[in-house]
Amino acid sequence: MSALDVATIKRDFPIFEREVNGKRLVYLDSASSAQKPLAVLDAMDDAYRNHYANIHRGVYTIAEEATAAFEDARRKVARFVNAPRTDEIVFTRNATESINLVAYSWARANLNAGDAIVLSHMEHHANVVPWQILAAERGVELRWIPMTADFRLDLTNLEQLLDGARLLAISAMSNVLGTINDIRPLADAAHAHGALVLVDACQYVPHVATDVQQWDADFIAFSSHKILGPTGIGALWARKDLLEAMPPFLGGGEMIRDVRLDGFTTNDVPWKFEAGTPAIVEAVGFGAAIDYISALGMDAVRAHELLVTRYALDSLRDRFGDSLTIYGPSNVDGRGGAVSFLFDGIHAHDISQVLDEDAVCVRAGHHCAKPLMRQLGVPATTRASFYVYNDEADVDALIEALAKAQKFFAV
Amino acid sequence: MAGLEDLYREIILDHYRSPRNRGELPVPPAHKVEGFNPLCGDEVVLFLDVDPETDTVRDVKIAGQGCSISQASTSMMSAAVKGKPLSEVRQLIRAFKALMSIHESKLEGDGGDGSDLAAELAGVRLGDLEALQGVVKFPVRIKCATLAWNTLQQALDETAQTQA
Ligand SMILES: Cc1ncc(COP(=O)(O)O)c(C=O)c1O
Repeated sequence: MSALDVATIKRDFPIFEREVNGKRLVYLDSASSAQKPLAVLDAMDDAYRNHYANIHRGVYTIAEEATAAFEDARRKVARFVNAPRTDEIVFTRNATESINLVAYSWARANLNAGDAIVLSHMEHHANVVPWQILAAERGVELRWIPMTADFRLDLTNLEQLLDGARLLAISAMSNVLGTINDIRPLADAAHAHGALVLVDACQYVPHVATDVQQWDADFIAFSSHKILGPTGIGALWARKDLLEAMPPFLGGGEMIRDVRLDGFTTNDVPWKFEAGTPAIVEAVGFGAAIDYISALGMDAVRAHELLVTRYALDSLRDRFGDSLTIYGPSNVDGRGGAVSFLFDGIHAHDISQVLDEDAVCVRAGHHCAKPLMRQLGVPATTRASFYVYNDEADVDALIEALAKAQKFFAV
Repeated sequence: MAGLEDLYREIILDHYRSPRNRGELPVPPAHKVEGFNPLCGDEVVLFLDVDPETDTVRDVKIAGQGCSISQASTSMMSAAVKGKPLSEVRQLIRAFKALMSIHESKLEGDGGDGSDLAAELAGVRLGDLEALQGVVKFPVRIKCATLAWNTLQQALDETAQTQA
């Protein structure tokens, strides 16, 4: 028995009413972006229709309503990751911008030539390239935690890697492998060396109850669109003392307290980091998405995904045996619902093209993790990923479509 | 709705399963150019040996990896240009891009109205390459089909430069 009633949940998502190629839509690409429930669409529609105005500066009723809705969304986001304070949530465009904010503001104010940043081989480009830009600019050294044969972090040399490091920037869940990294011991080790900890929680937050205090993290980054919410908005959580000490990132309206011809003073956090008119209605949608998934219960969400993922791993192995290689931990415990695989002799693009005939949506490619793909020694994988609206029938549809692809390209 | 059989014609699958002209050539005299599709990681490594006396493609070899469309297109391209004078090869590139609905004059804004191109290409015989026409109905795959041809173009340009 699943912890979630998927049939009912599917009905909450208008997109599942449509067909593709005359077939029921089997959406297995939520690790890339999740579908949106009616609750989110309605909340955004209502915000635009009935409560829309620019926020913070208006003294009229609808501007006050819009401001209240925006700040209420911040409260929901803060609670969702168990942030100690609401004003530790900075709204950004997405996880990528959240990480860049830390790279441009905190890192450029604090890191210099000779300092080191520790990353891992399984990072998304969003948690690689901002640090490479910094490294090229400042002569900061990048160090890499390697991977074990079972696609987990190889922590053998962690102490040496952290020696002299100022930051550990690490993913809580790999978008390619599904691997969940146990953040707390990593954070403890990093802190013991005087390094701060940034967690790329973009894949983790949508799927597992997140507690920044239990992690003892310093920064975490995530996106709304992977948590059933709209695109265009994401969040950075950071300890308040860090945010207060950090210089502003972008300059403009909203982030200032006062501006004179000879300079400016900054607003309080988090607004200090929110220059310009923000994604107001998207914030409302983000909040509605959090309400929706919280009502399902994050423990139930996790339990359901474990069930579907276990079923998928077993089905893939049973049906295709040695002609299919799964890139990710073999044990579902400590892994999320992203399953990457490679068929002998069939390119990922060709697989996903054939799957599209049966309205099975999977992702093919390098999944914005080219350093990882190089470690794996493959140019591209096919990835199926699961969320609250997927069930065993979706896995079965995947397996049947894959069997068709295998037959089609049979050598 | 375009079906899979529009995309994966038998001749394409044949080139994919048994690619022609796989291998490498000594550099020099051959010229080596690598082409990447950054979106999907497909890679074509082209070894092009041009006879400077006759301006013809003496030999061509292909390495790299990718999806069936990119590999089949690469294989067909190698078979089509081997032994051909460079002027014909250039025409073939233009004709293939036109087949993929890519019109250089429009894309690059050089003011051409396309009618000269149509006249020029009327006589170009694409042969097996016509099988790739179905790719046009799958816009994301056009880049897979054109990778080899862009790489070939680059090889020609670089060869011309070294000879100049
Ligand atoms: C692990 C991880 N980090 C960061 C990102 C970047 O997210 P966004 O594109 O929303 O900024 C993604 C998105 O795929 C991801 O999977």
